Amino acid sequence: MINEGSSVILSVHNLTAEVDGVQILKGLNLEVKAGEVHAIMGPNGSGKSTFSKVLAGHPDYTVTGGEISFQGKNLLELEAEERARSGVFLAFQYPIEIPGVSNLDFLRVAYNSKRKHQGLEELDAFDFDDLVRHKLDIVKMDPAFLSRSLNEGFSGGEKKRNEILQMAMLEPKLGILDETDSGLDIDALKIVANGVNQLANAENAIVLITHYQRLLDYITPDYVHVMEGGRILTTGGKELALELEERGYDWVREEEAVAAK
Amino acid sequence: MTIQSTVSDVAPTRGKLKVDRAAYLQQLLSLRPTLDASASFLQVIRDRAAARVKALAIPSTRDEEWRFTDLSDLLAVSFQASRTEAPTLGFDSIQRFILPEALSSRLVFVDGHYDPALSAVDDLPDGVVVTSLAGGAELLSDLPNYLAQQQGCEETFTALNTASLQDGALVWVQKNQAIAPPIQILFVTTATQPAINHPRVLVIAESGSKLTVVEEYVALYEGNYFTNSVAEIWLADNAEVNHTRIQRDSVEAVHIGKTAVSQARDSRYTCNAISDGAKLSRHTLEVYQTGEQTETTLNGLTMIGGEQVADTHSLIAYTKPHGTSRQVHKCIVDDRAHAVFNGKIFVPKLAQLTDAGQLSSTLLLSAKARVDTKPQLEITADNVKCSHGATVSQLDSDEVFYLQSRGINAESARRLLTYAFAYDVLQEIPVPSLRDTLAKFVREHF
Repeated sequence: MINEGSSVILSVHNLTAEVDGVQILKGLNLEVKAGEVHAIMGPNGSGKSTFSKVLAGHPDYTVTGGEISFQGKNLLELEAEERARSGVFLAFQYPIEIPGVSNLDFLRVAYNSKRKHQGLEELDAFDFDDLVRHKLDIVKMDPAFLSRSLNEGFSGGEKKRNEILQMAMLEPKLGILDETDSGLDIDALKIVANGVNQLANAENAIVLITHYQRLLDYITPDYVHVMEGGRILTTGGKELALELEERGYDWVREEEAVAAK
Repeated sequence: MTIQSTVSDVAPTRGKLKVDRAAYLQQLLSLRPTLDASASFLQVIRDRAAARVKALAIPSTRDEEWRFTDLSDLLAVSFQASRTEAPTLGFDSIQRFILPEALSSRLVFVDGHYDPALSAVDDLPDGVVVTSLAGGAELLSDLPNYLAQQQGCEETFTALNTASLQDGALVWVQKNQAIAPPIQILFVTTATQPAINHPRVLVIAESGSKLTVVEEYVALYEGNYFTNSVAEIWLADNAEVNHTRIQRDSVEAVHIGKTAVSQARDSRYTCNAISDGAKLSRHTLEVYQTGEQTETTLNGLTMIGGEQVADTHSLIAYTKPHGTSRQVHKCIVDDRAHAVFNGKIFVPKLAQLTDAGQLSSTLLLSAKARVDTKPQLEITADNVKCSHGATVSQLDSDEVFYLQSRGINAESARRLLTYAFAYDVLQEIPVPSLRDTLAKFVREHF
């Protein structure tokens, strides 16, 4: 929901970044305000996933120029875990499996590390248990999942639902969903989208990174950005996604080329 | 601590001491304790082994079996005979090693001596004898049929142990008896001087019996000493033994240990071998099949750092058809430590329809950490299923990042992932308190 008066959550200015000495982001600009849902679309290799990892602070990615400000603070000064505790959340395209660490224990450690950061007391096991069970409804997860090892043996859909459950627990200011829709069947997609819709509110913001317009049938974006060559080429409303679906990405590149002359 | 060898023919070569390896072994043999009168039945066995030792030398890296493990650190130390009497320890000093599951099924040895006050064998269930070897000789007249009768007992360190035998642990389960509580055999070393000990374990599981045994080596101080242990385990037809071996000797110590297992038909043997102690350690685990349709499960976990060297050499020797084995060996190697794994599986022509699987996985936590891993499958039977695999990996930065992105700091993330690597071996340990202790150790140590 666009509200001109709401505060800026994320402001990215002229961002450049590289991985293994290869420059991927080449001057990216983006502003996200509270209450907004942004979708970033683009072909493979355009830098979408790199952007999400740079935002979350992946140590393998080096920022070579530009600025990222998160709620007025310089995000680039923070380690990945500090960003998470301050309210940045990245839902992974490929969540990892950790045998021997139960989903419940993992959620509690993550949740309490954020509480601690906020100067709040850690929640004990019983209170935490109540809280989790309440949140399970958001992604229609069976409580049995909590006692299983983190993501181990989960199906693709279960892993993505688990990501949204983590987001529901951590209540981020900025939720970045990196291709959360890829590899999901339509039923799982609806559950995930429905979960995200329940979590989006006037105080936080969502950035959806996706390859497919299909997700946007279920989560309505306020802005659609088209990324190519490490930059955002064009920005529009939700109708832009439909146009991309119909015409592909080439016309965006052509228009950009014309505009550049 | 490095003490110059007192062996006479020591010559410096290129700045390093060159020690006469035969003379050094004879020096170790000369340190063997005298026999108590109560254990005089051991005399014949000792003398036979001593004669064997006299023809041997400490192996060098030119021996294929010791190619990756250099015993020079051992040769640099002049060991003394261990004390003729064990120090009197209070229960407090060993309480942390005691398994609550084995409160009344425990044998404790201190510096090689059986300690009846610290042991607890008065309320054992029926059907099992748990005693010192010296105490068991009267009860079991056919002991000589088992003691030092395993294949491979001529090997240098095994023979040295047998030649130095004065006592040991004996666990004997009678026919068709299933013993519920685990039997804990605890070897405590108090040495602060370079002493040598020869712990010995003999486990006999009669036909149809079932047993869980925990063999554990611990130190009270970070002393420089030498543990040269031998465990012999006999499984009769259809017997089941779950054996957990924990090596947590002092990080200044040398530990050379042998586990020799003999499996009769339809028997099931599991070994969970955990090594994290000793500056230099070697575990030689040999399983000999004597009948059809045996099952063998070997789970290994080596966790080392600093300048530790830890070597595991395993052998599964099939002789009959329909045997199965599953082996997983994992190593976590930090700092400049060096792990060695050599896994032999022999499947001769008679052992048709063998199903053997082996996996060796190593996690290297530092750039200077090293592993030498070598599967060694020798198969001449033509209708078998045998597989092996070896992986060497480091912590994946994407995995660390995943945990960081949930607010967990990088160090905790690495520990959690290291624990996850060890998890499938740890979860096989059948004694809950021990499993929890080791899990905690892994989660806090790396």
